Amino acid sequence: MARWTPDPTFYPSPRLAAKAPAETLAYVAAFAPKRDVPDAIAVVDVDPSSPTYSKIVGGVDMPQTGDELHHYGWNACSSCLCPNAPHPHTERRYLVVPGLRSSRIHIIDTKPNPKSPSIVRVIEPAEMIEATGYSRPHTVHCGPDGIYVSALGDAKGDAPGGVFLMDPESFDVLGRWEVERGPQRLAYDFWWHLGYDTVVTSEWGTPNTVENGLMPEILLGAQYGRRLHFWDLQKRKHLQEIDFGPDYQLVFELRPAHDPTKAYGFVNCVISLKDLSASIWTWYRDGDNWAVRKVIEIPAEPADPDLLPPVLKGFKAVPPLVSDIDLSMDDRFLYVACWGTGDLRQYDVSDPFNPKLTGKVRIGGIVSRASHPAASGPLSGGPQMVEISRDGRRVYFTNSLYGAVDPQFYPAGIDGWMVKLDVGPDGGIDFDQRFFVAWPESHRPHQVRLQGGDCSSDSYCYP
Amino acid sequence: MSELSPWLVLIALGAFHGLNPAMGWLFAVALGLYRHSRAVVLISLLPIALGHALAIAVVVYAVVVAGMAIDEETFRILSGLLLISWGAYHLLYGHRHRLHIGLRTGLIGLAVWSFVMATAHGAGMMLIPVLMPLEHMGAHAHHMPATDSLWIASLAVLVHTLAMLVVTGIVALVVYEWVGLDFLRRGWVNLDLVWTAALIGIGLWLLVS
Repeated sequence: MARWTPDPTFYPSPRLAAKAPAETLAYVAAFAPKRDVPDAIAVVDVDPSSPTYSKIVGGVDMPQTGDELHHYGWNACSSCLCPNAPHPHTERRYLVVPGLRSSRIHIIDTKPNPKSPSIVRVIEPAEMIEATGYSRPHTVHCGPDGIYVSALGDAKGDAPGGVFLMDPESFDVLGRWEVERGPQRLAYDFWWHLGYDTVVTSEWGTPNTVENGLMPEILLGAQYGRRLHFWDLQKRKHLQEIDFGPDYQLVFELRPAHDPTKAYGFVNCVISLKDLSASIWTWYRDGDNWAVRKVIEIPAEPADPDLLPPVLKGFKAVPPLVSDIDLSMDDRFLYVACWGTGDLRQYDVSDPFNPKLTGKVRIGGIVSRASHPAASGPLSGGPQMVEISRDGRRVYFTNSLYGAVDPQFYPAGIDGWMVKLDVGPDGGIDFDQRFFVAWPESHRPHQVRLQGGDCSSDSYCYP
Repeated sequence: MSELSPWLVLIALGAFHGLNPAMGWLFAVALGLYRHSRAVVLISLLPIALGHALAIAVVVYAVVVAGMAIDEETFRILSGLLLISWGAYHLLYGHRHRLHIGLRTGLIGLAVWSFVMATAHGAGMMLIPVLMPLEHMGAHAHHMPATDSLWIASLAVLVHTLAMLVVTGIVALVVYEWVGLDFLRRGWVNLDLVWTAALIGIGLWLLVS
């Protein structure tokens, strides 16, 4: 239903969004690795003054098993205020939650009772595949003119993957977004520079090459994703491809500057085949083209082979495996999750070409298995999906990467957890000692979405 | 009815259109903020006003032609039905439409954008009841030839657009210079609902009067 004044969670600019009140609830995708029970969206109390702080206080089960909930997004966000396609009286109300494995998309209403959301529509895989030719929906972003979703592959699980559109009110799947695909084949994440009418997409691998875990011959052959693609948002045309080269594999999470007038962003490359390091790259406008530059390299750490999973024993080192990054609303701090070593790092990226390490915590990790003040004993898994509060003062993260990949690096299994960091006003991070969610054994947590919006949910048209 | 009042209504409707962020002042403000330039705000308003004028003109000249071709009663009923269905369509299905003009667009793009937005919102149609007495008045008084009729129509477009441009320019400048965008979070009331109500209300009035 249309509102009379704009949804109070919409902000014209990231500057104003950073003044938003603190979140009180977090939604967390929780998938059941054994696929014996349905996946769920869990609701976690993140209000420090609440008696149930740091506890799962509600949620909703999916109607089927085996979805593999992963990433998801809102039906509407601050981009509804964009001047070229204004519809500010839409409500931020529904979560659009794809099953990455099942290709089933759930529309979840958070309004009547935010702690007990309900499923209002299920888009079956056949419906999505029929309308788009794509399968395995991944990233969801609320755009100025509708809901955009990326998908890893085609109906058969091969290339190409791409982006498709959904109607923001009816949630009907409208069809492929791309008009001219150019050389793009692999897909993963996408986001945009609204001020530059530019879309950026990244690459993982086709469903057939990732759904049974990372395949060594594909990885060592540098055939997983290693490129960025730049597109014209309005003409829906491929403009430019940037190949990181055969040393780099798995180019993942795209974090463009929130300020729409800034033409740069950050992307993580999970692993270098040369030395197992992970890297962060800045993409930027260079004349009439886009260019990239490696700005952070995190080396692998030497390790006793006895402590390493079979896939790593021969290398005698634990790779950092940077699997997610997130950028604060003021474009100042970049958070880097090292799922392999267990580091969660904070870099000051005020100068996007010269990041400075300003904070670091360690929790979990393949070798370190570091603990948490509120946990007892060593922890499995490592920092993975990161989410930042709009004011930049709190950072939440979970520890599971992807059902088929988790056991390759953590063969003894992953016990799910979710933690929170407090951020100093000028940087520096530390654990909130009161916040540790030991996840129920049946599920593992993945992406976190904060009620009202967070630092990877909204995009803005005004500086 | 005084001979002046239809012109005042035209001016008032121009001001009403100019107030609506979806008619262009917000776009102009955004472009000005990108380039840190008040001049960009003001220059952007010109193609926006031109696009608006064209959208209005299409309807105004259609009214003139229709007024010559069909009798007043039929015209009144047909245009009433048109307004009601346009408003209803906009309410139900407006969200389906996408306009592929982004923030890097040029002056021509802005004019096209403004033309499409004004047309889709039924800005021109809202003027029909005002245009009818103007044309009607002339025809009775002087057995007005077609050229006079077109002259009045053109003047109507001009007067309406100037009113729109002045109001939208003032709002754009006030927001750009002093108020800031935070005001949108509370002050941007749902004018789409008001417009839909206006279209349907005017349509009903045409049907019953």
